[in-house]
Amino acid sequence: MTTTPSTPPPALRIGRARAKLELILFFREPAQVIFSFAYPVLMMLIFASVFRNETVAGGVTYKQYFLAGIAATGIMLASFQALGIRIALERDNGELGRLQALGTPPVAYFLGKAAQVLATSTLQLISLLLVARFAFDVSMPIDTAHWLTFAWVAVLGSLSGMVLGVAVSLLPHQGRSADTVVASIALVLQFFSGVFFVFSRLPAWMRDVAAVFPLKWLTQGMRSAFLPDAAKHAEVSGSWQHGWTAAVLVAWIVVGLAVCARSFRWRSSD
Amino acid sequence: MDAAIVVRGLGKSYAGQAVVDDVELTIERGECFALLGPNGAGKTTTVEILEGFRHRDAGEVTVLGIDPARGDRNWRAQVGVVGQSVGAPLDLSVREMLDHFAAYHAQPRSTDDLLTAVGLTDAARTRIPNLSGGQRRRLDVALGVQGRPEVLFLDEPTTGLDPAARRQFWALITNLRAAGTTILLTTHYLDEAAHLADRVAVIARGRLLDVATPDALGRTLRLAVTVRWTDEGGRHEVSTRTPTATVREILASVPTGEVPDLAVYRPSLEDVYLAMLEHTE
Repeated sequence: MTTTPSTPPPALRIGRARAKLELILFFREPAQVIFSFAYPVLMMLIFASVFRNETVAGGVTYKQYFLAGIAATGIMLASFQALGIRIALERDNGELGRLQALGTPPVAYFLGKAAQVLATSTLQLISLLLVARFAFDVSMPIDTAHWLTFAWVAVLGSLSGMVLGVAVSLLPHQGRSADTVVASIALVLQFFSGVFFVFSRLPAWMRDVAAVFPLKWLTQGMRSAFLPDAAKHAEVSGSWQHGWTAAVLVAWIVVGLAVCARSFRWRSSD
Repeated sequence: MDAAIVVRGLGKSYAGQAVVDDVELTIERGECFALLGPNGAGKTTTVEILEGFRHRDAGEVTVLGIDPARGDRNWRAQVGVVGQSVGAPLDLSVREMLDHFAAYHAQPRSTDDLLTAVGLTDAARTRIPNLSGGQRRRLDVALGVQGRPEVLFLDEPTTGLDPAARRQFWALITNLRAAGTTILLTTHYLDEAAHLADRVAVIARGRLLDVATPDALGRTLRLAVTVRWTDEGGRHEVSTRTPTATVREILASVPTGEVPDLAVYRPSLEDVYLAMLEHTE
C-alpha cells in the first residue's frame, strides 16, 4: 500500500509545459491577440500619419522618434501590463490555487509567462517594424551594433516589465480593478517617458519622475538604436547613457525578483 | 499504520468570530469520510487548512503524518485536491487539459484511463467552456486523481449538479474508494454523505455535533419514536422511547375496531440531522 513517493518532475519540465499552454491559450483569445498586436501598430499609423512631415530636434523625423517610443511601449504593455492584469485575474478566479494544490514551483509558472511575453513581444515588434519600414519609410537600425543595442534593450526592458508585472499583481486590489490600476500606471508612464512627446521638452519634474521607472530608459535605449548617432546631442544628458540604461533596468529586475520571491502568493487571502 | 488525517483541537477565527471551533477528527487510511453541514458551517475552512491553503489559529493537524502548513512538493504529490472554484474554464479540450497537467506528476495516470474513469471519453475533444456542469466537475476529479494521490479532498463536489449527474458522480467516488484512496468530502446533502461515506461528521457553526457511521448517526436522537392517533379527545402525538408500550395502552382503550389515524414514525436520518442543527441555533 505504501508506495515510495517518486520525486516530482523538475521545475524546468513543468515550465516547458506551461510555456506551451500559455501560448496556446494566448492565441485562442482573439481579443487579447488583437489588442497586444494592434495597439503599437495602430498608434504608429495614427501618429506617423498626423505628424508625417514634422521633425524634432537634431534633424530627426517625428515618426522616427515615435517608433522608438512606441516600440518601447509595446514591450511594456506585453510584459508589465499584460502580466499585472493576468496574474491578478488568475489569482482571483482560483487558477493559481489549482497550481498551488499541485505543488507547482512558482518558477515554472513564471517560465510559462515569460515565454508567452517574449513570444508575443517578438511578434509585436516584427509587425510594428514592418509597418514603420514599409508604410512610413522609417529607417531601421543602421548596422549590427545598433541591432544588438535594440536586442539587449528590448530583452532587459521586457524582463523588468515582467517582474514589475508580477509585483504589481501583488498590490491589494480586487482582481476586477486590476486592469484599471495597471493600465493607468502604464498610461501615465507613457506620457512621462517620452513616448508621445519629445522627452527633452517635458517639464523637469516629469522627467525626474520618469527616470525612476524603466520605460524612460527603455525608450531612450530604443532611440539609441533607431536614431542617427548625432541625435544624442538632443538628449537631456547629451549622450545615450547606455551604462545608466543597463544599470537601471537590471536594478529593477533584481529588486523585482527579490520582491516576487519574498511575496508571491497563490491566493489572495488566508 | 498511522491514520491518514489527524485533527486535534483545530480552531480558526476571522475578525474574532470562530469559524472552526475545537474540531477533532481521525480519518483512517482507505476510509471515505464526509463532513456534513449547512453552508457557512466551517467545512471549507477546515478542508482548506488540511490542504495547507489556510493558516490555523489553534490545534494540531497532520495529513499523511505531515503538518499541511509545512507540506512540501513531495507531500503535495500524495494529496489530491478538488476545490470549489478552480479557475475560469480554460479554452482547451478535455484531452489537452489532462495531457497538460500530466506534466506536473511523477507517475500520472494515462489520459485515456482517466477519461474512462470519469466517463468523459466521448467528450475528450470538447472544449472545456462547452462542458456541462457535471462534466466539468468530473474533469476536476480526473485532475485531482491524475497523480495517484493517497488522500483526496473533495469540497462540495456535487453542489449545483442535477440529480442524474449527482448519481453518476457518486458512482465515480465509489470506484475511487474501492481503489483504496482515502477520501474526505464535504457536502450539505445528507443523502450524499449517507450514500458515500463510511463515517459522517456533522458540523455546524464550526463545531462537530456528531461523528458516526451513517446508520448510527444521531443514535440517541433516533431512540425517540413518534406515535400518533385520534380519539374523542382529538389528535394525539407522543414522542417516546417505548413505542410498543404506548401502542398497547392505545389498543387497550379501543378494544374493538380500528384506531383512527394510528401511525408510528421512526425519525429518518434527515429528521435527525435537522434536529441536530436546530439544537445549535
